[in-house]
Amino acid sequence: MTQVTFSIWRGDSGGGALVDYETEVSEGMVVLDAVHQIQAEKANDLAVRWNCKAGKCGSCSAEVNGMPKLMCMTRIDELDLSKPVTIEPMRAFPALRDLVTDVSWNFRVKKKIKQFTPRPPDAPDGSWRMQQSDVDRVQEFRKCIECFLCQDVCHVLRDHHKHEEFIGPRFLVYAAALEMHPLDVADRVDELKQAHGIGYCNITKCCTTVCPEHITITDNAIIPLKERVVDRHYDPVTKLVGLFRRKPDRKRADIPAEDPVLRGPGRAAEPSDESR
Amino acid sequence: MAEHETHSYDVIVVGAGGAGLRAAIEAADRGAKVGVICKSLLGKAHTVMAEGGLAAALANVDDRDNWRVHFADTMRGGQYLNNWRMAELHAREAPDRARELEAWGAVFDRTEDGRILQRNFGGHRYPRLAHVGDRTGLEMIRTLQDHLIHQAVDVHMECTVLELLKDGGRIAGAVAYERERGRFKVFQAPAVVLATGGIGRAFSITSNSWEYTGDGHSLAYEVGAALQDMEFVQFHPTGMVWPPSVRGILVTEGVRGDGGVLRNKDGKRFMFDDIPENYRSQTADTEEEAWRYIQGDKNARRPPELLTRDHVARCIMREVRAGRGSPHGGVFLDIAWVKEKIPNSKDYIRKKLPSMYHQFKQLANIDITETPMEVGPTTHYMMGGIRVDGDSQMSTVPGLFAAGECAAGLHGANRLGGNSLSDLVVFGKRAGEYAAAFARDNSGVKVDDAQVERATTNALRPLDGAGTGGGADGPYQIQHELQEFMQELVGIVRREDEIKSALDRIAVLKGRAPGITVPGNREYNPGWHTALDLRNLLSVAEAIARAALERKESRGGHFRDDYPDKDPEFAKFNILLRKGGDGSMQVSRELIPPLPPELAQIIEEMK
Repeated sequence: MTQVTFSIWRGDSGGGALVDYETEVSEGMVVLDAVHQIQAEKANDLAVRWNCKAGKCGSCSAEVNGMPKLMCMTRIDELDLSKPVTIEPMRAFPALRDLVTDVSWNFRVKKKIKQFTPRPPDAPDGSWRMQQSDVDRVQEFRKCIECFLCQDVCHVLRDHHKHEEFIGPRFLVYAAALEMHPLDVADRVDELKQAHGIGYCNITKCCTTVCPEHITITDNAIIPLKERVVDRHYDPVTKLVGLFRRKPDRKRADIPAEDPVLRGPGRAAEPSDESR
Repeated sequence: MAEHETHSYDVIVVGAGGAGLRAAIEAADRGAKVGVICKSLLGKAHTVMAEGGLAAALANVDDRDNWRVHFADTMRGGQYLNNWRMAELHAREAPDRARELEAWGAVFDRTEDGRILQRNFGGHRYPRLAHVGDRTGLEMIRTLQDHLIHQAVDVHMECTVLELLKDGGRIAGAVAYERERGRFKVFQAPAVVLATGGIGRAFSITSNSWEYTGDGHSLAYEVGAALQDMEFVQFHPTGMVWPPSVRGILVTEGVRGDGGVLRNKDGKRFMFDDIPENYRSQTADTEEEAWRYIQGDKNARRPPELLTRDHVARCIMREVRAGRGSPHGGVFLDIAWVKEKIPNSKDYIRKKLPSMYHQFKQLANIDITETPMEVGPTTHYMMGGIRVDGDSQMSTVPGLFAAGECAAGLHGANRLGGNSLSDLVVFGKRAGEYAAAFARDNSGVKVDDAQVERATTNALRPLDGAGTGGGADGPYQIQHELQEFMQELVGIVRREDEIKSALDRIAVLKGRAPGITVPGNREYNPGWHTALDLRNLLSVAEAIARAALERKESRGGHFRDDYPDKDPEFAKFNILLRKGGDGSMQVSRELIPPLPPELAQIIEEMK
C-alpha cells in the first residue's frame, strides 16, 4: 500500500482547476480504480465515464500526466509516483463536467459518411464469399473502440479546431474500413477530399501512437486513402481520363495549405511513399 | 410539477445494446416513430464485451449442424426449463440474423472457402459460433449502431429511465433524466421495449459494467409485470482473479474452444474427473481425443472443458475448496501448452485470442502464449428476467416488451455460450416487430401527470439533503455492502439460512436507501445516479434471493448446498415473482406447458 496524490481536473464548461486527492493504491491498480476509490470515499459527485473496465468500450478516455490514455488500461505502477499524477479530460472536446467531455461532434460526423453498401450476394441464400486475407485489413480497422483518443491528440482538431472541415483520424479509419471492405461498392473518394478534409492530415502519426487498439491508423488507413485521392484528382493520366468522365476537379489552389501530401513537401519521409 | 421536456413516439426502446438496437432498427423499418434511450453513449453498451461469438446453425464448418441440433443443445443446456417456443424460434432464426449482420457490414472471420467461420463452444455439439477473433460483441454492436444511424431513429444518449408510466392497465411511456444537465424527459409511447441487459452489479465479483443494475427487471416489476426464474444467475467459470483490481473481468470461453485446458495447482487436468451422465456420450475419453476435436476431427468428441458453464464453474469451486487451487484462489487456464502440439503456437494464440492476449499482457503482465492464466468463477449473466410471450416478446403488461438479457425464457437454467448474441438479434428483431404492430393498433395513449410528478419528486430526494458523501450511508457504500453480502450469501453456492439472512439485510438496506443524500448538483452527478440505481439493484437482489429460496434443488446456475441434487418435481414449473397489492414480493409457481410432439421428438433423437 502506498499513498499517492492524484491531481484531478474538476470543473465544467465555465472553467475549472486541478484538485489534489490522496488515496492508497495497491498492486495491479489502474488509474480508473484510483478515480473510483476517490469518488466513493471523497468526492461522490466526481464525474467520469466508464463501462467495461477492460479496454473494450472506450469510455474512460482522459489525459494522464498529459498523455491521452484509457484510464482502465493504465496501470498505476507504470507512472512516476514521486509527484502527483494528473488526470484531465480530453482537450479536443468541450468540457462537460470533471473528466467528462462533450463528444457528440463525433456522432454527428459519422452520420455524414456514406453508409456501407454491399454488392449483390454471391450465393442464393443471400450470403457472400470473402477470403480471410481480403478481410484482414478491414478487421484491423474494425477493432476501433471509438475512445476518440486519436481525435483528442490530432493537432488539426486539438490545436487548430478544424472540426467543421476535418473528420479526424477515427473517421478516416472508419472510411477506410468501408472503402476497403471487399463487399462495399460505394465511392467515398471525392468526399474524403472535399467534405471530410483528408488533406488536413499531415501524417504526424500521433493518432497511431495513442491508439489503445494498436491500429496503424496512419500507415494502413490514412495514407492509402490519401493515395486514392491523389490518384483520382492529381494523377495526370487519371485526370485525362477523368476529363471525359466527370466534372473538372477543384483547382490546386484549393488544397489546404497544411496538406503536405497533396502539396509535396514532407511526403518523402513516409514509408509507403517508396512504393508509389 | 418539476420542469420537463416531452417526447412522443410510437415505440421507445430502453437500452442500446444488441437487443435494443436490433429492436429499434426493426420497429423503424416497419414505419414506427422510434426513440432509443440509453444510459451510456451509443456503442458502449455491455454487448461490446461479448467475446466468443454468435451461435447460429449455419453449418459452415460442420455440415451435420442444423436448427434441430441447436434447439436440442439449448434445451439440454437449460435443463429443460426453457420456454421451448423461444428455443425453437431462436435456433430457426439465428442463421438469418447472422447473415443479415454481414449484409449490414459485419466482417466475420472466414472459412477456407470464404464463408463465415464458426468455432467450438461449451455445450454446442458442433462448431457453431460465428465470430471475429474474440471481439464479436464489438463487431455486432458497431454494425447495428452504424446501420441504425442512417435510419429515422432518435437516440437519447446518457439518459436514464426512472419509472415506466401506465394508462390504465397498459403501458404509456417513461420518465427519464438526462445526465448532462440532470433534466427530466417524459416519453409518451403506446409500446415500450425493455432491452436493459443484466443484473451483475448485484454481486461483488462480476464481469458486468456499471450499467448492469437490473433496471429493466425492476421497472417492469414495479408496473406489475411478472419476473421469471430469477434464481438462475450464471457464474462464468473463467474470470480473471489476479491482480485484485481486475478480479471478475472475463476470460472468454473461446480460450477453451481453441484448446485451453483447466489444471489445478498440481498440474492435473481435472475436468476429466466429473462428466455428467447426460453429456457422457458426447465427451472425449482421453486428452488425445479432446485435442483431435479442437483440431476439427469430426470423429472426435468434445473436451470436458467444453461442458456447460454451470458444471465447469462448480468443478473449479471443487478444486479450490479442496485446496488444489492456484495461489490467488482460482485454477489455471492454460493455452500456452499448445506449443507441444503445433509449431507456430504463439501466432495461433495471438490470432485466435487477440483481446485476451492484450488484456493479460497489459493488466496482469502475463504473456498467455507462455504462461497459464489464473481464473475463477465470476457473475456473468442473468438467465431469469421479465416473463414474455415466446413469439411477440410482450410481457404480462400490454404494450411492454422485453428482449435480450432482461427477458427470461430462452436459456432456462443455464445459458450456452454464444446463445446470448444470437438471442439479442433474434428476439430484438421480434420485439421491434411486435412493438411496432402493437403501437399501430393501440395508439392514443395518455400520460398521467400525477405519475410524472411522483417520479420526479422521488428522483430529486437524494439531492435535497446537505450530504457531503463518504459516510456509511453514501450511495457507493450501500451498493458495496449489497454486492459483498449477495456474493457471500446468494452467490455460486446457496443455503437456506444464508439466503434468509440476505433477505433480512436487503430489507435493512431498503430502509436505509431513501435516506441517502449525495453532494453536488444535478449535472452529470455519478453519486446521484448511483443512488437512483440502488432501488433497481435492491429489487433484483430480493427477487434473486426469494426465487433461490423457493427452488429447493440444484439445477443449472442455481446450486443449493442443502439440496445438492436435481429434483424432478422442480422440472415442471418456472418460478414467478410479482408485486403484490401490499407492495410485497409474491412468489408463485407456473407450470411449464408440455412440449409439442415434434419438439419432444427432436430432443429424444438428439439424446
